[in-house]
Amino acid sequence: MNSADASAQDAVVIDGLRVRRGRNEVFEALSLRIPRGRITGLLGPSGCGKTTLMRAVVGVQRIAGGTVRVLGDDAGSAALRHRVAYGTQGSAVYADLTVRQNLTYVARVLGMGRDHVDRVIDQVGLAGHASRTVAALSGGQANRVSLGMALLGEPELIVLDEPTVGLDPVLRAELWDLFRTIAEQGTTLLVSSHVMDEALRCDRLLLMRDGRLVADTTPTDLLADTGRTDPEQAFLELIARDSAAHPHLRRERRETS
Amino acid sequence: MKPRRMFATAGRVLAQLRHDPRSIALMVVAPSLLVGLFAWLFTDTTGVFDAFGGAILALFPFIVMFLVSSITTLRERRSGTLERLMTTPLGRADFVLGYALAFGLLAVVQAAVTVTFAVYVCGLTVSGELWQLGLVAVVDALLGTSLGLLASAFAQSEFQAVQFMPVLVFPQIILGGLFMPRDQMPDVLHAISDWLPLSHAIDAVQAVTAGDDGWDLWRPVLIVTAFAVAFLVLAPLTLRRRTS
Repeated sequence: MNSADASAQDAVVIDGLRVRRGRNEVFEALSLRIPRGRITGLLGPSGCGKTTLMRAVVGVQRIAGGTVRVLGDDAGSAALRHRVAYGTQGSAVYADLTVRQNLTYVARVLGMGRDHVDRVIDQVGLAGHASRTVAALSGGQANRVSLGMALLGEPELIVLDEPTVGLDPVLRAELWDLFRTIAEQGTTLLVSSHVMDEALRCDRLLLMRDGRLVADTTPTDLLADTGRTDPEQAFLELIARDSAAHPHLRRERRETS
Repeated sequence: MKPRRMFATAGRVLAQLRHDPRSIALMVVAPSLLVGLFAWLFTDTTGVFDAFGGAILALFPFIVMFLVSSITTLRERRSGTLERLMTTPLGRADFVLGYALAFGLLAVVQAAVTVTFAVYVCGLTVSGELWQLGLVAVVDALLGTSLGLLASAFAQSEFQAVQFMPVLVFPQIILGGLFMPRDQMPDVLHAISDWLPLSHAIDAVQAVTAGDDGWDLWRPVLIVTAFAVAFLVLAPLTLRRRTS
């Protein structure tokens, strides 16, 4: 936004974002950038505003102030609906449809053919379950259907809210490999998680707490700055520093958002 | 609005219904059972079923479709799938009309079964054409669908959606002319009933069973259609891409 260079490098530019929910201020003035073609991890304790931030990026969050620019357009503008994909928290899929029917519907909405559906079913490892209804799948498998919907249509920015929740370590590793492959093809990913091990799989890290950005860093810098080897310990260290810097934290905001 | 996306949505809703044969059976068979119960109740009282059977035929498809469409769209709102769709190129009208199309097709099946049952099994006397009765039943079901799609926007839970029945549906039944001919009502209530779509739906069915044709039949049918279209135009406006 400040210069042509910056908007070319950054997929998302947020300036002074303010979001209110009821009487709570979720964000007072949040500013951050998300680089293009990278995997940016959004980490923080539950209730810190991760989902609200992602909703603002995909343009379904009502905002009270500030700007959210995505791929050079205002977040949520009609032009972005082909270029940005959103995988909601939990599996927002049709439990009474089969895997293939779920994906086929979204593909038709996006104007994509059957070959895209087959490709995505393979990518998320559900080829053996394509004709089963989602209700008959495990929670992790349902999550992958939801992820598959976000991969359809080759979007430039994929926003995934806790895509690996409830998955076993093998599947989690497979999905992160998939995210890496997608990013290497030039796609930008914004992935939230509260599993700190996953932080090391990202290129950039945004650590949030209580509606504020506590750190905007890389996995290497996170470990170096805190002198820890374990990302979870490093994160706790940053939280402790943040608590010392903000002693008058309004804790109730965290509980309700 | 894009027809392709509307048809995709209708196809998806129908696919969901195919996985739920029990609900289809309830929607298609339940109105017939209720008409049958009503006919049985008045077997020994001549003329009552012929006088009211038609109006019952207008009521049940309307109520069933109102409930089904308000609850299914509400479920979509609450499961997060609507939010996901709002980030895609799917238009709000594509969504609403897709639902209306799917339930409209179901209404055709429902009307065919119910009218056939009422006439051939229960012996409802119809002076007008049978296809007219079927058409009126479909239009009434569409009215229920469109009102349900609109109402679901104002409900935050399935519980609230069901509570709209006594608010939006029951007054229309009471003032619809079923319990008392509308021209014998107190003036104020008569005036109100003129503005309720179900009154005209019941007028339309009674016109068919009485064998009326021309304006007496098509005027109420057009009024009901106009209401249904108005609800379908308003419903997408109540869908919000951004929520708090």
